[in-house]
This record gives sequence, structure tokens and C-alpha cells, in this order.
Amino acid sequence: MNTFQPGTSWLHRLPAGAKLAGVLVALAVTIALDSPVQVTAGCAGAVLLFASAGLLPAAPAQVWPMRWLLAALTAFQVLTAGWAAAVVVTGRIVVAVLLAGLVTLTTRVVELLEVFERVLRPLRRLGIDPGRVSLVLALAIRAVPVVAGFATEVHDAQRARGLRGSPRAYAVPLVVRSLRHADALGEALAARGLDDPVAVLE
Amino acid sequence: MIEVSDVSHAYGDRTVLRSVSVTLTEDRVAIIGPNGSGKSTFARLLNGLVLPQRGDVRVDGLSTRTDAAAVRRRVGFVFTDPDAQIVMPTVAEDVAFGLRPLRLGRDMTRQRVRAALAAVGLQAFTDQPAHVLSSGEKQLLALCSVLVTEPRVLVCDEPTTLLDRRNSRRIMQLLAGLSQQVVLVTHDVDAVTDYERVLLFDEGRIVADGLPAGVVSRYLALTA
Repeated sequence: MNTFQPGTSWLHRLPAGAKLAGVLVALAVTIALDSPVQVTAGCAGAVLLFASAGLLPAAPAQVWPMRWLLAALTAFQVLTAGWAAAVVVTGRIVVAVLLAGLVTLTTRVVELLEVFERVLRPLRRLGIDPGRVSLVLALAIRAVPVVAGFATEVHDAQRARGLRGSPRAYAVPLVVRSLRHADALGEALAARGLDDPVAVLE
Repeated sequence: MIEVSDVSHAYGDRTVLRSVSVTLTEDRVAIIGPNGSGKSTFARLLNGLVLPQRGDVRVDGLSTRTDAAAVRRRVGFVFTDPDAQIVMPTVAEDVAFGLRPLRLGRDMTRQRVRAALAAVGLQAFTDQPAHVLSSGEKQLLALCSVLVTEPRVLVCDEPTTLLDRRNSRRIMQLLAGLSQQVVLVTHDVDAVTDYERVLLFDEGRIVADGLPAGVVSRYLALTA
């Protein structure tokens, strides 16, 4: 999972709102790229941004988890639309993933949540609490490594008992552990005063 | 001061606390007892996580039933499993999370977070993802995230159960040095020797209450 990498680069110093707005504009431009040369230039631009933030070594790690998806997509595009289309489609995704990764690497989650809260503030009139929405987002981000840890433990326990290859034996304990964790997390949030009116994030 | 008056509580048909009355004024109070004896439920009563079905719990005169928010600001709670308490993705963000309702401003928040992390020895992990910490470090983070809000009372429900001896000792030393009133639920009888008062729970009742030596011997006899 992508997490903030401390630094003092211009991208680190740029306000989170400006970065999110910038990445949205950049994504719109990326969708408009329609030739292999343009897409290659887009990729090069994204890599240069990583370099300017002092995060060049982190760039490959952004797309590596998607390698099989990208490979399958490229193969499909080559077979159905040719090489040029394959490069354009896959390249757009790579640029988008790189840019999104760059935002999360250079911005603290708290700062991103503050932007979400500001953007969602008009929804308060409809009875939606922006603080609660941003808390849910934070919990979702936090849950990724926790549930991944459960998955590893369940997998190891299965192997230890010789139960490899049983989806049910894998899914049931994983779901049970995740639900128990959710219960415990709810209790911890209550203990930290998150249920109290004064503690609602605004 | 914590006052528990004639409290009873049950989960469904299972009664876990039976007419418990006790007043806690000491700075260091430990609660021991076998599994299922009611000690964790008792701990949860103290900051209003559990409201008693009968009786009343007051902290500094505030009822957990009618002044729940004020009680929770006064009473911090540390759970057994630190993973269930850490809300934000990075160490500093999780500590800062507890301060958000206070609206201290970014600079003051950073200052408080830095000081709190230094106090528990986690300053080197400030911007690290929380999930890469060891179990001991995670428990320190959970403790830090509670302490940063400066509660007057700290309730810890078996905070060292999942830790090795070194990390357990680290947590216990940290608790020993706090200025807060500490109520510690534990199975570790060695950890309570320096406590001023120890309560022994069994089958939902306080069956022994006093200095560590006497209460621990009674506990050892009970579980022998």
C-alpha cells in the first residue's frame, strides 16, 4: 500500500488541494493522449515528476502490483486493435497510476482528508457529515494492511493444517476475523470519543 | 476518584458483574482474575464503553450514563490488541487524530504529537506506516495516541498480553512513570507488585481487595 514518504521537495510542500486538482487535470489530459509518442511523453513526464520529488526509486513500485493486469490488457489490445492501441491504452493507465501514486507519496493522509472534508462541506445541507465520510476513508485505507495481515495468517494456518486449496476454509476465518476486527475498532473509536458530538470531525 | 455503586451487568443470560461496589482513589490500581471473571467488563464501565444495567459509575462526580462525552475525555482506554486501536495509516497521523476535536491548529498539533511520540520513544517512527511497527511498538503507539489527549485516568485492559517480556516491561515501565491514575487489568501477577491496590475478580464479584501480596496469593490459590 502506498504511504507518505517524508521529504522537502516542491511536491511535498505543495498544498494537498493543489496536488489533487493538478492530478485531476493531468488525468484529463492523459485520457486525451492518443498516440504512442504522446503516451511515452506522458510516462516520461510522470517519471520526471517522481525524480523532481526525489522519489524516482519509488516509481516502478507504483505499477508493479498491476503487472499481470497490464500484461493481460496489452495482450488483449495487441490481438484486437494492434500494437499502437495497446501502447496507448496501457500507457494511459501507467501514467494515471504513477500520478496518483505520486500524490499519496508526497501528501499525508490527514491533509488529503482535510481536502475531502472541504470539498464535501456543501453536502452538510443534505445531512451528510463530511467528517464522518473522511473518517470512513481513513479507516478504509488503514484496513488494507490489517486485512492483508489476516489473509496471510489464515493462509499460513491453512497450510499448517494441510488445508490448502479450500476457498471456504480460507474465506470463513478471514471474514470472521475481519468482522471481529471491525467490532474491536468500533469499540476503540468509541473509547477515543468518536461517538461524542464534540468529537465529530469537522 | 472513580465510584462504582452496586453495578450489575449481563450479556444475554450470562451475568458478568454482580452488585459490584468500589471506590478507587489510589493512583495505581490493578485488577486481576481468571478469564470470564468480569474484569474486562468492569474496565469498560469506567469510561462508559459499557453502561451498567443496574447501578451507577461516576468519574470525578460525572456519570458515565449522563455525562458520557465528558467521562471519555477524562478516561483514556488502551485495549489488548493495538491493531484494533490504530485508526490512521501513519504513526504521527494516528497520534494527531485524537487531537482533532481540540482544534489546536497545525503547528500546535505537530508540537504535541512530537512531544507525545518522544515520551514513549517512538520519535524515530513519526512518518512510518503504522502497520510496519512491531507489536510492542504498536502498543506504544496506541498508548501514545491516548496519552496525547491528556486524560486524567488511564484504563488498560491487558495491554501486555500479546507482547514478549521485553516489550511488556517497556509498557509497564511507561505506565509506572505516568502522572495519571492508572487502572490496569492484567494476568501478569509480577506486574502488579508495585501497585497500591489490587482487586481480585471472580464470577462477577470482587472477592479480594487490598495490597498486592495478599491479593495475589489469593488469586494463585483460586487458580491453582
